[in-house]
Amino acid sequence: MTPPVQFSRRSLLGAAGVGAGALMLGACGDDGDSGSGEGGTATIEWWTIQTTDPIKPVWADLATKFQSANSGTTINITPLENEAFKSKLTTVTQAGNPPDLFQSWGGGVLAQQKDASLVKDLTGDTQSWKDTIVPAALEPYTLDGKVYGIPWDIGMVGFWYNKDAFAKAKIAAPPTTWGELLEAVRKLKGAGVTPLALAGKDKWPAHFYYAYLCMRVGGVGALKEAATSKSFDNPDFVTAGERLKELVDLTPFQTGFLAAEYGTPDGQAATMGNGKAGMELMGQWAPAVEKEWAANKQGLGDKLGFFSFPGVDGGKGQLTDVFGGGNGFALGKDAPAKTLEFLQSLLSVENQRRLAETGAIIPTVKGAEDGIKDANLKTISQAVASATGFQLYLDQAWPPAVGAQVNDSVAALVAGQASPKQVTEQITSVFKSQ
Amino acid sequence: MPRETTHGPEASARTRTGPPALSPVPTQNTPRPATWPAAGSAPRAPRRLPRHNVVAIALFLAPASLLFVLLVVTPILLAMYTSLFKWNGFGIPADFIGLGNYTRLLDDTVFVGDLKRGAILILLSLVFQLPMALGLAMLLNQPLRGRAVYRVLFFAPYVLSEVITAVLFKLVFSPNQGLANKVTSWLGLGDLGASWLADPSWVLYSLFIVITWKYFGFHMILYLAGRQSIPNEIIEAAEVDGASVWKTFRYVTLPLLGPTIRISVFLSVIGAIQLFDMVWVLTGGGPVNASETMAVTMFQFGFRRFEVGYASAISVAMFLISLVFALLYQRYVLRRDTEGAVTTMGARR
Repeated sequence: MTPPVQFSRRSLLGAAGVGAGALMLGACGDDGDSGSGEGGTATIEWWTIQTTDPIKPVWADLATKFQSANSGTTINITPLENEAFKSKLTTVTQAGNPPDLFQSWGGGVLAQQKDASLVKDLTGDTQSWKDTIVPAALEPYTLDGKVYGIPWDIGMVGFWYNKDAFAKAKIAAPPTTWGELLEAVRKLKGAGVTPLALAGKDKWPAHFYYAYLCMRVGGVGALKEAATSKSFDNPDFVTAGERLKELVDLTPFQTGFLAAEYGTPDGQAATMGNGKAGMELMGQWAPAVEKEWAANKQGLGDKLGFFSFPGVDGGKGQLTDVFGGGNGFALGKDAPAKTLEFLQSLLSVENQRRLAETGAIIPTVKGAEDGIKDANLKTISQAVASATGFQLYLDQAWPPAVGAQVNDSVAALVAGQASPKQVTEQITSVFKSQ
Repeated sequence: MPRETTHGPEASARTRTGPPALSPVPTQNTPRPATWPAAGSAPRAPRRLPRHNVVAIALFLAPASLLFVLLVVTPILLAMYTSLFKWNGFGIPADFIGLGNYTRLLDDTVFVGDLKRGAILILLSLVFQLPMALGLAMLLNQPLRGRAVYRVLFFAPYVLSEVITAVLFKLVFSPNQGLANKVTSWLGLGDLGASWLADPSWVLYSLFIVITWKYFGFHMILYLAGRQSIPNEIIEAAEVDGASVWKTFRYVTLPLLGPTIRISVFLSVIGAIQLFDMVWVLTGGGPVNASETMAVTMFQFGFRRFEVGYASAISVAMFLISLVFALLYQRYVLRRDTEGAVTTMGARR
């Protein structure tokens, strides 16, 4: 039972600009003939989560072009809605029968697939061209020094703000420190504007705050260290929770945010897109989704600004450390040889530029970024390319159970039902059980 | 007709199997207690069946049993097996931990909370929802202008799927534009704002409102059917004897509705144990697990956290709770009804 309108940022990355209305469940192809030979026939089963414009037709066109250039190769595209994709992929991978080419976000789930030998090690095969890809983008797909997937979209989380609301509250410049952010929140409240929009029911948007604070207080290294030592027992993470609590204590979120979802007519994106909140902390897809859910279908347009997550005084992290993620593809264990060739063609500069021009992604291949037209997205693209450190969303970087616990614990903190200390203890206990 | 909703399948089964074993076939006028226990037990009595009958029965039973074993029994056994492992769902379960998942269940505050929340929902249903349905059924049994319309109206929510109901009530309870807040404002109660689904201490009661809205009509129809199967002569006799309306209800109608009420309670409890779709769409179990049910917890662990072994343990626990409840209820509460049903049915034929 998938909720009819449920967004995660994964689907949003893909469906950005269009929205969730038209969820299409693709036909389920049996994993067909995977045998291949040079010049022989091969069938590539390709599962994507782009079920709508603008990306879906681009994929279809690129597949057709590849097929006509490589006679004997057939590409079967199965577009699946995000949640349906995850359920269906779980089923086929449990049966040991993954598709040849499929959506992956890297991190913990990819690691589980790797441990079950369901995905191909691409390290050697991509040696010649993987340097064309922005290093931060490749990181989530690199496990124990080996490459198991290739990203075609990368972005970061940051604050999106309503320039009009900031002007009304007489905030001169976007905050660069946590103290300034709290001050901005107070000013916005004073001016009668809801400072922040948050989708409390979805949980993952709240985890952005906590993860970023952990990075700013403890540095990117602290989170990497937590993953290797399987322990969240670090005073810096407790401090991060205390900082978050300072924000929560100002009651900065919209009425009823604990039951709000991200992509619904009165959810986080709509609240922001309708100009009813000053800021939201969200990824690169935010403008497109705000536009989709805004009552006027326009969103804030050029009234929308972007600033990086502020620094915390005395923290070990840098303002140029980036928290985010993107989309990529992994190869199933039985993928025919042509699959790799096809993947490489998808990541050519011109095809990446073409995707960038849709406004729905930020390309991972160096040189394709000139396809981006939007000023805010250009800022993000540059910030990612010059990042001093990169951290994938915690609920994807880490084993699913740990990621879910991060989301649950932070949600409890935001609801005032867990202390910063309890958050770190709960996460540690799940980490230890993995 | 309505009475067949409750007892129909049994009744027709008996008519089919009954007659050949009977000598003499009971007529309409047969006094019920004398004949029917014998008739009812006749098909079950040990008899030597002709060989071709055995073959025929086996052939008829085979497709259904095959499906039942394949689609019901096998998954249950598989879940029991995987619940003994720490398993993320990939490959073959290998990390055997015995009853580890079950001891973890008892320490899991969310799961223990699920049991409490389930108990609260069941209690609320028994105290508010079912009596309300009973009251409405009694009302709609009176000669009332347009009562067919009321019956359809009250029954209508039951026809909607749980998901549609939940989507609908998400809009109703929306803090900014929702109908619920508008209504409370009109009533002078003020804007309750986020109290409906966003307040952890209220959300369970909001959920109960939605459950009641969806299911009271179903229970009402059950009661109405039960009420209509009570012969009016009995009610009239009570009136002739000078019983007040209340006493007639209390000492005549209510006891005779017993079987229906017991079935309705049974369905209500089993429904609460299995509650999933509505909660999942309406609140996802939140805020902070405040509206989570066992099935939601199971889904979270199975499909979000990929702790399939633990999720299996939850599903087995749900199965056992339902099974134990159903067996005890059948044994101690429903038995007289199933026995009674035989005699009652006999009288009507």
